[in-house]
Amino acid sequence: MAVKLLSVNSLAISFGGIRALGGIDFELEDQEILAIIGPNGSGKTTLINCITGIYSPDRGQVIFEGESIAGLSPDLVAQRGIARTFQNIRLFNNMTVLDNLMLGRHVKFRKNPFHAVLRIRKEELVHRERVEELIDFLDLHAYRKMRVVDCPYGVQKSVELGRALAMEPGLLLIDEPFAGLTSEEKEETAYRITEIRGKYKTGILLIEHDLRLVSKLADRMIALNYGLKIAEGSPQEVQRNPGVISAYLGNE
Amino acid sequence: MDLVESYKDEMRLIDKPWKGFWIGLLLMALLLLPWLGDEYMIYMVSLVCIYSIGVQGQNILIGYTGQISLGQAGFLAIGAFTLGHLSRLGVPVLLGLLGAGLAAGLFGLVVGFPCLRLKGPYLAIATLGFGIAVYEVFVNSQTLSGGRMGLIVPKFSPLFGLSGSAFYYYFSLLIGVVFTLVSFNIISSYIGRAFIAIRDNDIAAEAIGVNLTFYKLLSFVVSSFYTGVQGGLYGLLMGYVEPNMFTFLESVTLFIAVIIGGLASVEGSIMGAAFVILVPHIFSSYKELVPVAFGISILLVLIFEPLGLYGRWLKIRLYFRNWPFR
Ligand SMILES: Nc1ncnc2c1ncn2[C@@H]1O[C@H](COP(=O)(O)OP(=O)(O)OP(=O)(O)O)[C@@H](O)[C@H]1O
Ligand SMILES: [Mg+2]
Repeated sequence: MAVKLLSVNSLAISFGGIRALGGIDFELEDQEILAIIGPNGSGKTTLINCITGIYSPDRGQVIFEGESIAGLSPDLVAQRGIARTFQNIRLFNNMTVLDNLMLGRHVKFRKNPFHAVLRIRKEELVHRERVEELIDFLDLHAYRKMRVVDCPYGVQKSVELGRALAMEPGLLLIDEPFAGLTSEEKEETAYRITEIRGKYKTGILLIEHDLRLVSKLADRMIALNYGLKIAEGSPQEVQRNPGVISAYLGNE
Repeated sequence: MDLVESYKDEMRLIDKPWKGFWIGLLLMALLLLPWLGDEYMIYMVSLVCIYSIGVQGQNILIGYTGQISLGQAGFLAIGAFTLGHLSRLGVPVLLGLLGAGLAAGLFGLVVGFPCLRLKGPYLAIATLGFGIAVYEVFVNSQTLSGGRMGLIVPKFSPLFGLSGSAFYYYFSLLIGVVFTLVSFNIISSYIGRAFIAIRDNDIAAEAIGVNLTFYKLLSFVVSSFYTGVQGGLYGLLMGYVEPNMFTFLESVTLFIAVIIGGLASVEGSIMGAAFVILVPHIFSSYKELVPVAFGISILLVLIFEPLGLYGRWLKIRLYFRNWPFR
């Protein structure tokens, strides 16, 4: 049996009395786009936070490329090759777009403190080239030297995606990439996400509310409600599932 | 391949010709100072050079990494006494300064550890406690502090036929310039980026693989190394060291210099150092007004120019560059 890129087994976490995840199981293949949908507060972001080590789960396992990563600190998870974006953009606001992307190269950087102090910048040039490729890919030329806070919202979303891609991750976790975007930006982002899979050969876990967009993108889909998996299958199957329909309608 | 050339150009320290021109002019003036100014002026500028080292270190910690410390006087004292003892043992000055930096850096590491879990005011109080503890230790230990009269630091004989004060001035200037270059290099390197990332968004920094523990401790160590060297140079210039040189007030002064000069700016650190040295000089006949002047300046900076003197300077420059269109 081939090793799955990611497998999550009976993952559970509670906050005080609130059960945010009540034992979730799923797997993600190489270069697969798996979408996670669910109403507000159903535990989607919490799931990502558990995988990336921001929360440590009460129970359950997270296995990435055959190794258990549950309980590792976020930086170690990142070093293993898992990158993410945040639902509420988290960028390094006072730095330029370029520096934000360069920070995405941090895990790949061969770090030599003497080079840092003596201003030997060979390694820097190598990574700068990779970052320029990303700037091309994400069409960020006009913003390269701009401070991130001064960039429009849509651009900030792109920069955050770029920073994650700069890590050359094996697995990319994207939390609501379309939220707050204009309809053109949405189309563009959707197109990019499919491109990423082909170009960077990564598996993608995609959280999204917009069912129309996400069903075009995803290979498979999982629906959560109150921290439990209520449906899994192709986007069409999941959307027709009566449990999913009532979870969404009951909530909105 | 000329694209790659231009990336390299962007990484230069002096990336524009006019910048080189102004820096050249400034260095020239500094080099000629012993001929231009009197003894007192040479002494004051030496102090600014020495102070600017510690202020830069403090700025790396506060301005770039976003960690606070009110215990710099402790590192100053450790640096100064280390240099004092080492030079009494006959260790050459440069090695003595390295020792001063390393000793302070080591304590920076020790202080940094508990501080990893503390933020904001709690961190300020913990570091403040450290500064006071170091002071008490030196006050109460004759062996460490060299007794009532303080520790005499042997003067080294000036080289190149310079007068004593000119030689000490050039020496301080040289070390100050070296540390300034190192500051610029560190902050534009992967280390500096990691520091700023922690300051701007620690959760995101961790999520991209920045080890928070390592880089926060590194920032503490670098900052206390700088401060230790400042202490060592100060001891050298004074010719003796005693605990009362390093009271809590000294920590406050360094802190004020960072705020007034401008957070997260090397140039600002130097301006801040000049400010805290020169303002007391201007008010020298009304000593009790110095804290008032500092206090008012801090308020003015916080209200009108959060980027400090350096921010103000940038605006003035912009004004003249765009003049007369405004
Ligand atoms: N740090 C925390 N402390 C307390 N409760 C939390 C915490 N994080 C999440 N929760 C709770 O866990 C539940 C799931 O939250 P989560 O953010 O994962 O939902 P979500 O599916 O991402 O929702 P949305 O679509 O609004 O982003 C919610 O009830 C939330 O209040
Ligand atoms: Mg969410």
